[in-house]
Amino acid sequence: MSTKTDKPIPKATASTQPYWDGTARGELWIQRSKNTGNYVFYPRSQSPYGIDDELEWVQSSGKGTLDSYVISERPAPGFEPPYAIAIVKLEEGVRMLSNIVGVEPTPENLVLDMPLQVEFEQRGDMSIPVFRPTGDAK
Amino acid sequence: MKPAQVAIRGAAESRIGAVPGVSEIELRVEAAHLALADAGLDLSDVDGITSASSSPIEVAHYMGITPRWYDGTSVGGCSFLVHVRHAAAAIAAGQCETVLVLHGESGRSHVGKPPRAMGADSIARQFEGPYGVSSPFNMFTLPVLRFLKDRGMSTDALAEVVVAQSKWSEGNPRASRNKLVTIDDVKASPMIAYPFHKMECCVATDGGGALVITSAARAEDGPRPPVYLLGSGEASDSPVVSMMDDLTTSKGFRNSSKDAFEEAGITTGDVDHLMIYDAFAHLPLYGLGDLGFVAHEDAADFIAEGNTSPGGKLPMNTNGGGLRYTHSGMYGMFAIQESVRQLRNEAFRQVDDVELSVVQGVGGMFTAASTLVLANRKP
Repeated sequence: MSTKTDKPIPKATASTQPYWDGTARGELWIQRSKNTGNYVFYPRSQSPYGIDDELEWVQSSGKGTLDSYVISERPAPGFEPPYAIAIVKLEEGVRMLSNIVGVEPTPENLVLDMPLQVEFEQRGDMSIPVFRPTGDAK
Repeated sequence: MKPAQVAIRGAAESRIGAVPGVSEIELRVEAAHLALADAGLDLSDVDGITSASSSPIEVAHYMGITPRWYDGTSVGGCSFLVHVRHAAAAIAAGQCETVLVLHGESGRSHVGKPPRAMGADSIARQFEGPYGVSSPFNMFTLPVLRFLKDRGMSTDALAEVVVAQSKWSEGNPRASRNKLVTIDDVKASPMIAYPFHKMECCVATDGGGALVITSAARAEDGPRPPVYLLGSGEASDSPVVSMMDDLTTSKGFRNSSKDAFEEAGITTGDVDHLMIYDAFAHLPLYGLGDLGFVAHEDAADFIAEGNTSPGGKLPMNTNGGGLRYTHSGMYGMFAIQESVRQLRNEAFRQVDDVELSVVQGVGGMFTAASTLVLANRKP
């Protein structure tokens, strides 16, 4: 499936392809250090935890919390203001950037530490992880 | 390096504000000529040159300089602090004698400005780019709500920073925003990216500045009082803001200032004057805590109580900062220039008895940081 959009469409490299293959299946896959058990984000080919370490791909629960955000009031390619740009803390402990969907972007609706669940937005040939509040947010 | 082996012999800013029709390289050369005149030197005296965002070779050739040392470190707005540090090491090592650290940026008029293009397969474009981050106003600002919540502050803390700094820039004809403002004025300005209002974001300007760095002995022969480099540091965090080490403190600020203070042999109590790079109003709140002047939790109260304002015990961002004075996109040069003016007793709003000044820079959102400890006396 391919959808038209003005929003930026990322391009995978060989080492990030498993991440984008995962999102295409509606799954969020991240990496974990075999030696330390620490999760790693963004995807990379070499471990930051030592030259003898290796990274393995694991499926994230897709659960996270709202760590911080801004509500952008200026347009950006494909984005009509206001829209929420959020730092999401995944249950596994790593942070990633995303958008919050399914709720009007207001300070009242966007409460720090509120629970979120990943979902995927089709954009061109890529599937982009975004997050929806799962609590009783308005 | 032993402290005070190296000093600033000359310093100057170009025209700033709206300078349409003048390209970036022309702003650099304008500032460089003014700084050399200030130093009582000519082009033939310069054997080292630095540049950020474009090649040092380009500006050297344009000016008619044949350098035997150059540095093109380009890590955003603190690049010029890093250049001072690198130049000092090169001078101390005997690799060159007189270095021009220069900056010019057409941040408002966009004349002769190289594009900042990144491939769609870069880390930033794959993992931050898809989410509508278009500019520093909605990237650099991202950690602040976490900072405010965890440090027990309201969003009014941001407005307090602007109010305090407006007291420094008030009436300065070179400042782009030179009116005194209140909390209500700040909160009445348009929302740019919640919680940041327009006045809590830096002003976009054109402008340049240059420094002439040389050995302390050679600087003492100049027509102007030397400004000694007592210590310096450089540090890094994450290339993408969502993955910085901790959203409530800057690893870059902490590490670069620790190295600079240790090299200079100073503590926060020795500091008479402070510049903290303020592309946005949260940075002085981070900086006051990360450099150890106050507990993070107390930073907003410290500012609101007037400690950083005219007459306060820790004068900070005394040109009005990037929020009030000027911000070409890479502000670090202008923070150094104000520090030099205060140490030479020639600032628009001069602080009494400044002997030691600290400049804290940041670059590429929270990516890079650098710190300079400057003084008008030897340690």
